Amino acid sequence: MIDGFQEILYTLKQNKLRTGLTAFGVFWGIFMLVLLLGAGQGLQNGMTGSFSNDMSDSIWISAGRTALPYQGLPTNRRIQLTESDMRAIREQIPGVRFISSENAVGSFRQSDTLVTYQRRSGSFGVFGVADEYFDIKANVGFPGGRKLNPLDAHQSRKVVAIGTLVEQALFAPGVSAIGEAITINGVQFTVVGIFYDSGREGRMSERIYLPQSAYAAIFGGGERVSVVGVRPELGVDGFEVERRIRELLQRRHQVSPNDRRAIRTHNMALQAERFNAIFTGINAFLWFVGLGTLAAGIVGVSNIMIITVKERTREIGVRKALGATPSSIVGTLMLESILVTSIAGYTGLVLGVALLEGVSFSLEALNIQLSYFQQPEVDFQLALTALGLLVGVGALAGLVPAVQAARIMPVEAMRAD
Amino acid sequence: MIRLHNIHKYYGSGEQSLHVLKGIDLHIAEGELVSIMGSSGSGKSTLLNILGLLDSHDVGDYTLAGTPIVRLREKHAARLRNQFIGFVFQSFNLLPFKNAMENVALPLYYQGVGRRARNEAAKAYLDMVGLADRATHMPNELSGGQKQRVAIARALVTQPKVILADEPTGALDSTTTEEVMEIIKEVHGKGNTIVIVTHEHDIAAQTQRCITLKDGLIVPDTVLSSETAQVVG
Repeated sequence: MIDGFQEILYTLKQNKLRTGLTAFGVFWGIFMLVLLLGAGQGLQNGMTGSFSNDMSDSIWISAGRTALPYQGLPTNRRIQLTESDMRAIREQIPGVRFISSENAVGSFRQSDTLVTYQRRSGSFGVFGVADEYFDIKANVGFPGGRKLNPLDAHQSRKVVAIGTLVEQALFAPGVSAIGEAITINGVQFTVVGIFYDSGREGRMSERIYLPQSAYAAIFGGGERVSVVGVRPELGVDGFEVERRIRELLQRRHQVSPNDRRAIRTHNMALQAERFNAIFTGINAFLWFVGLGTLAAGIVGVSNIMIITVKERTREIGVRKALGATPSSIVGTLMLESILVTSIAGYTGLVLGVALLEGVSFSLEALNIQLSYFQQPEVDFQLALTALGLLVGVGALAGLVPAVQAARIMPVEAMRAD
Repeated sequence: MIRLHNIHKYYGSGEQSLHVLKGIDLHIAEGELVSIMGSSGSGKSTLLNILGLLDSHDVGDYTLAGTPIVRLREKHAARLRNQFIGFVFQSFNLLPFKNAMENVALPLYYQGVGRRARNEAAKAYLDMVGLADRATHMPNELSGGQKQRVAIARALVTQPKVILADEPTGALDSTTTEEVMEIIKEVHGKGNTIVIVTHEHDIAAQTQRCITLKDGLIVPDTVLSSETAQVVG
């Protein structure tokens, strides 16, 4: 065995260029496959991250003005959602797991509420949220402090959870915001939690949340609700729940069933579905390209194996004259191919993964937040499978010319020059 | 040692078929030094290839050292070549990337002999052909005569029953031809059976028996030395 190995190393050393080219072909194939898959994963991670921390099954309902006349009522009539709508949904729609609401201080779309802490200030979106809000946004991370809890709501405590960007704007680095008092529209609130929401490329972290009860007590608004959030029970069709809620609200507010503007629903599941479709497409494309590169590597290996055999026909003839059996000839050639492809492939695999890790590490170390690219990574198992495939096919590709070479008569072989 | 009966060999098939050997009957006894002569195209190289199991015959019986050679499988032929036959070629056919000792040791590798034992044996045979000091030289560092002596050492290393030499001096000048022939005769002196294919009369003259081929048939034997010459047929 060791002898056989030494024989192979001999011939490999003898044909450095050929060995190098074969090795490079395989190396490149695997390297590119790893990079492509890694980049694809990075793309997916990045876009998933910027997509939102919203649970992909949450449904958000808001109201606007009517677009169609209905039951004798005119168009352009303002519809206002209320807490009684929420109660109705709770009571009449089966399959609702959590329901909550958002109410903006100031306008809903813009972050235009002045918030100050000592000498620093900024404009942010400030929202009163009902009890189950953070059960709907269950994926929002709390790097510091706690979530708003039912006791806050029950006692109408003047407490807030602030986003990481709010904290960065109002507090000097190294200063903990927890327990500090910030002023919103002249009213003091105590910071109890800091959250990070990656939605809208992180801008969802420019928000401040306070209990709905405190919001109503301080900023008024009564029963009015800007946005209702719903999360269906597990295993319940979210689209069905969405449809029923819309129908219920349309009935309650005397809105035409065809009016898309008066009652608006936004189902994250739809977004998630589209998103998955996009990524299925991107992944299919990456696999296509990756496998193409790999196929090129395999063709390279088999090409070079054919050349090898041609080039060494005379040597094979001499070896046969000296007593080499066909199987030993084939075995040697195949082992050679397997040795080269596996070493080169493994190198490509390791370097590819190292490069991905390097990129990932430097993105993190330099604190670069690319909204479209995060944590490139590759399934090592998958890459190993690809490598195994390459080595196997490479060996198989070498098999055909090797068997042919081993079959020709030594005389013929030695005549070839 | 070698017994041929009515050996025929064709190349190609159908209309293009070339009848190269047209019924060769030959017996070479153990310990003989025989030369095969003939003009090019007479079939002498083909005969040597058949003798050396490098090529197969189409018709006839061939017995080598008591073993009938009938439609051998390649694997079996390889083993027989390795055990029974040592080859010396006109173009030496040393592997260019192995030094003299490794070239000599190669047949033993295919016998499964360990590296150390192989190299010991190779050194002994290199010493015999007078090249002990060239053991680590690569073929391109050796002269033609030296290369052929290495090749002879390689042919001897397995202690084969028959040594087949195809124009062993064809690529050598007269001085080195002398050297090589001396070694061949020395090897013969140790009791080896040797068959030389040549077209040089002075080489043939140094053998015990000269077999002349013409158009695929043997011209009746010319006995050059009175020893063990024998014609079967």
